[in-house]
Amino acid sequence: MLADYVPILILLLVVIGFVVFNLAVSEILGRRRATRGKASTYECGIDPETNARGRFSVKFFLVAVLFILFDIESVFLIPLGVNLKAFAAAGAGTFLLVEMILFMVVLGLGLAYIWRKGGLEWD
Amino acid sequence: MSAEILAFLVLATATVAGGVVTLWSRYVVHSAFGLMLSLLGVAGFYVLLGSDFLAVTQVVVYVGGVVVLYLFGVMLTPPDREERSIRRIAVAGIFAVAALVVLLKAVFGMEGRWYGVDPDRGPASGGAVIREVGNAFMDKEAYLLPFEIASVLLLVALVGAVFIARREGGRGS
Amino acid sequence: MTTAALIATLVKIAVFFGITISLAAVSTLFERKISAWIQQRYGPNRVGPWGVLQPLADGLKFIFKEEVAPAGANRLLFRLAPAMAAAPAFMTVAVVPFTFPLILDGTRIPMAIADIDIGVLFFMAMGSLAVYGIMLGGWASNNKYSLLGGLRSSAQMISYELAMMVSVITVLTLAGSMNLTRIFEAQIPLWNIAVFPVGTIAFGIFLIAAFAETNRHPFDLAECETELVGGFHTEYSSMKFALFFLGEYSAMVMMSGLITTFFLGGPSLFGLVNGIEDPWIKVLAGLGVFLAKVCFFLFLFIWVRWTIPRFRWDQLMHLGWKLLLPLSLANLLLAGTLVATGVL
Repeated sequence: MLADYVPILILLLVVIGFVVFNLAVSEILGRRRATRGKASTYECGIDPETNARGRFSVKFFLVAVLFILFDIESVFLIPLGVNLKAFAAAGAGTFLLVEMILFMVVLGLGLAYIWRKGGLEWD
Repeated sequence: MSAEILAFLVLATATVAGGVVTLWSRYVVHSAFGLMLSLLGVAGFYVLLGSDFLAVTQVVVYVGGVVVLYLFGVMLTPPDREERSIRRIAVAGIFAVAALVVLLKAVFGMEGRWYGVDPDRGPASGGAVIREVGNAFMDKEAYLLPFEIASVLLLVALVGAVFIARREGGRGS
Repeated sequence: MTTAALIATLVKIAVFFGITISLAAVSTLFERKISAWIQQRYGPNRVGPWGVLQPLADGLKFIFKEEVAPAGANRLLFRLAPAMAAAPAFMTVAVVPFTFPLILDGTRIPMAIADIDIGVLFFMAMGSLAVYGIMLGGWASNNKYSLLGGLRSSAQMISYELAMMVSVITVLTLAGSMNLTRIFEAQIPLWNIAVFPVGTIAFGIFLIAAFAETNRHPFDLAECETELVGGFHTEYSSMKFALFFLGEYSAMVMMSGLITTFFLGGPSLFGLVNGIEDPWIKVLAGLGVFLAKVCFFLFLFIWVRWTIPRFRWDQLMHLGWKLLLPLSLANLLLAGTLVATGVL
């Protein structure tokens, strides 16, 4: 099995080489003439005020939390989905399906709850 | 030195280096980055041990999910000066020592077997692992109940997340 | 690993990675050409006949341009972000089967760089890593527009990733395997897009999510010029900008390849290519068919960009969470029921 991953390792090295080469070439060959104007951030010509890294809506954080939860759900569903055909052929399809439905209904309830509580509203 | 040992050494270095950056970096974003490196290293270990399914799941859930959540959290908070009080360090130290003791006990107490899994069994390929995981989820004796309980746990987490976000949102506006 | 296998791997990497990068470069030219046709202009026509050397000229120009980093930027992450944005798209090449397996003297050489059993999960993992480059690029620039663009873009990507994952699980359920070669081979009698209704719905969801994942129109809120200048890459110049660009186009190529593999039977063409006797001709013909399908989707990406107006942010999130996610879950349940009862 490990031999299956050697090609991926080689590709990884090729990709790293490609990316580093590109970045290095332009670092070396690109000319540099730093001025104060170039060093300031672009804000449509107006001098930037205050630090850019301020506070943002907690909504973004909520999206990330919801993402993880449904991400885990999807990962759980993968073994069930992949095996469903084989189990159906062996006559155990219904059992696996009921299990899958139960799992998804519980999370569907979760999604419905967030929806009702306005967790998915953006304004 | 065989290729596997070399791979192990590279991965171990990356994992430990990631952990060190996580602990000692002055920037929280760098810490999150170190954590990502560390978790990727662990995924590499799983591949070496012959469980590619676990490795990729680790990347999807931890690197692609949990660390992204950390980064969101870090980016949403303004850059404050870090507090380094003695009390904080002491509390963290107590937890670290406790975790170390539990881990060491687990490692030395397992007597060649780890939760019913025989380490000498040899690696199984991704397709076989998927089949086995599917079987375990189906088996009433094995993981059928934990699997369904996991969905309830996720549901509780969902409700909690919404509750906290609503409270925080209310406080802000 | 034997020497022969190693050589085969190196050849496959050279060919498939080369094809991906070249297609990405050529699509930048076609993006400009097609937008010009749609808007009744000529488009680039100065460098070489019909402007064909334009991508090359652009590349050279990027190399010699000045590197500018804003004063408050985080040096390390500012440099790392373009690499982090481009690398996941390049790594996805590893699992995409570009054509039929080559069968020589009874040995089967799969035409994906790594024909692993969990190929689909590998693609998902790379997809979840793609967020980093954009998020860090936005954060490290120390520019308000960049940060907002990066934040929006990453929130959008993770939102649509869910619908995409669930629609891919539908495909897995239909195929009963996570190996991409097996998935397209399972479709040789009937393409998944034609498996009505589950395959068709999954295709629609995957296509929409693919647009959102690659930050393409109509979901390019990360860089909507009227609000956020250039979004997360506002402060980037020279080759660093080019890597973001190349990463985006490579991701488009990969998404097109995956849509082809998941829903359009990969290199198969109504049993025509599959029936060819000579192994080498079969492989080459399969590659041609596969690339033709990929080019169709690349054209679709460009066509949509210059035709449809941009979404508003709240519409975008509502579409992802309130329509695509529940729809994909319901679709998966339906597919599961059909497979478990033996209908499919």
